[in-house]
Amino acid sequence: MTTVYRKTKGLQDTPLHYCPGCSHGIVHKLVGEVMEELGIIDTTIAVCPVGCAVFAGNYFACDTIEAAHGRAPAVATGIKRTHPDQPVFTYQGDGDLASIGAAEIVHAAMRGEKFTTIFINNAIYGMTGGQMAPTTLIGQRATTAPLGRTKDLHGEPIRMAEMLSTMGGLVYAERVCVADVPNIIKAKKAIKKAFEKQMNNEGFTFVEVLCACPTNWGMTTLDANRWVKEEMAAYYPLGVIKEV
Amino acid sequence: MKVILEFDRDRCKGCELCISVCPKQILALDKGSTNAKGYYPATVTDQDACIACASCARICPDSVISIYKE
Amino acid sequence: MKKELWKGNEAIAEAAIRAGCDCFFGYPITPQNEIPEYMALRMPQEGRVFVQSESEVAAINMVYGAAASGKRAMTSSSSPGVSLKQEGISYLAATNLPAVIVNVMRGGPGLGSIQPSQADYYQATRGGGNGDYRTVVLAPCNIQEAVDLTQEAFDLADAYRTPVVLLADGMIGQMMEPIVWRDIPKRECPPKDWAASGRNGRDKNVFLTSLLIEAADCEAHNLELEKKYRAIAEKEARWQERETEDCEILIVAYGTPSRIAMSAVEQLREKGIKAGLFRPITLWPFPEQALRQLAQQERVKSVLTVEMSLGQMVDDVRLAVNGAKPVYFEGRSGGSIPTVKEIVDAAERAWKGGL
Repeated sequence: MTTVYRKTKGLQDTPLHYCPGCSHGIVHKLVGEVMEELGIIDTTIAVCPVGCAVFAGNYFACDTIEAAHGRAPAVATGIKRTHPDQPVFTYQGDGDLASIGAAEIVHAAMRGEKFTTIFINNAIYGMTGGQMAPTTLIGQRATTAPLGRTKDLHGEPIRMAEMLSTMGGLVYAERVCVADVPNIIKAKKAIKKAFEKQMNNEGFTFVEVLCACPTNWGMTTLDANRWVKEEMAAYYPLGVIKEV
Repeated sequence: MKVILEFDRDRCKGCELCISVCPKQILALDKGSTNAKGYYPATVTDQDACIACASCARICPDSVISIYKE
Repeated sequence: MKKELWKGNEAIAEAAIRAGCDCFFGYPITPQNEIPEYMALRMPQEGRVFVQSESEVAAINMVYGAAASGKRAMTSSSSPGVSLKQEGISYLAATNLPAVIVNVMRGGPGLGSIQPSQADYYQATRGGGNGDYRTVVLAPCNIQEAVDLTQEAFDLADAYRTPVVLLADGMIGQMMEPIVWRDIPKRECPPKDWAASGRNGRDKNVFLTSLLIEAADCEAHNLELEKKYRAIAEKEARWQERETEDCEILIVAYGTPSRIAMSAVEQLREKGIKAGLFRPITLWPFPEQALRQLAQQERVKSVLTVEMSLGQMVDDVRLAVNGAKPVYFEGRSGGSIPTVKEIVDAAERAWKGGL
């Protein structure tokens, strides 16, 4: 009997707490599969955020440290500088990375810290219940933008992959989504490349993943994935943003 | 060649993503009973038609599906 | 042993290197800049890590990452910067992580002044950040002691898996004094088998987190922390007494004011007033028992607390004395330093008040 697909050893056996159809589970699997394929489960140190992925250390099979809100890149800097031979990654949502932790991610990229950041962009605050994120689209409703985000009141959403790509220390940034199978395969390749470049000591690597939050968007899981591909990807273009 | 699709039934949250990506349209929610979480879990309706493309397993956020060939 | 002339901030930095500090993360702020400057040069020479962070918030979180992955980590700052670090210190305490945080205090509140102050006593001894926790707080009164305590701070932190604050005032940081580099007794520190440093064959991963989302779990965790704090309070309180054997007026002071207070003790004795000095070295745990026993002696008429603040440690002195004797206060604020005369005058008033 040959195995076509089984659950990765890069994840523990704990059931995930995420809502039905939430993209977090897919991205967790991809990171786990990449760690398994690269043989680095035993050496990698993960930093998880505040937000829905705050329990990620119950899921990733590697050692994991939970950071204060937005501080994962600083925590990862402290780890990687003192463990330069071990893979380190942060896993952060849009509130964590693009709002409260904007300074930490910009400076980690500027310094060219040799870790990987997996950025979950679902255009909303999930865990706290659907508040507006820096990445919420114009017109998109959120509990703190009940009539929808407007340019006048809230400004335009932030494109983190492009912004961070202006930093010399960033050697690879790609934006992917996991809304269908071909895109999932691309996303995994991007995550793997980011880890490989990190392990080659090239510099800071960044993978932005456009994700669905059906619960807080008030959509079915299928509509949510359609919205990722049609609305989000129109504002946040998919593909390699920078590669050195 | 026989394809075996295994569902870790009690992990399924009934999100239907697997059903939406199946090229053979042989997956469905089992409306007959709920699983331990209280969801109608996904199941295969015609295992013999499965081509082992693994699309369902890849998109499943909860690692419910394993696929083997014998 | 050979005496060497060292500036306080640089001596603290060198002491940390000698104590086996693996990494230093810091951000510029006066009057502690010589610490990161010294570290920027010396840590790479030792093959260790120095990072100038983008903020104090980032620096303490770099410390958190290094500590969580098993390294001896340190940061330093001054008052407004230490306020920014409180988030990280709370996380360190909550996660049972060892780290050394130096605060070379300056005048506040707000941006305040850049002169010496002790107005961060409340912040340092009451936890400082959110939640039920304490940090060990060490208060040197000269550069020799700053050096000795810095070296011990790393052992204390590792022994109890807790953040340790070295609370120095700007005077200690900025002045130069002769010191000797002596061997500080090393503590038995347990192996860091709790660290998230890579699974390395372990059956299960280490997940370090301070999130305990169920109230009962969070309470149980806090009770464990409290047990640790009680053990620290029982074993680690330190103080120094001078001229207390026969004293009738007891002056309580720490850091720079304790030295000025000692001059006042001498002048008071010349005037025929039997004064003595009680100097807490650990501010948390506060040497409560020792102070209480001393203050309860019949010959002690009253207690005078002297601080470079408008009265913070005096609360702990009152709690320790517990009404047994009147407690008076003399202090200067915002970077001003009390003079010997001010302390002598205050002691005379306090002595009369206690008669």
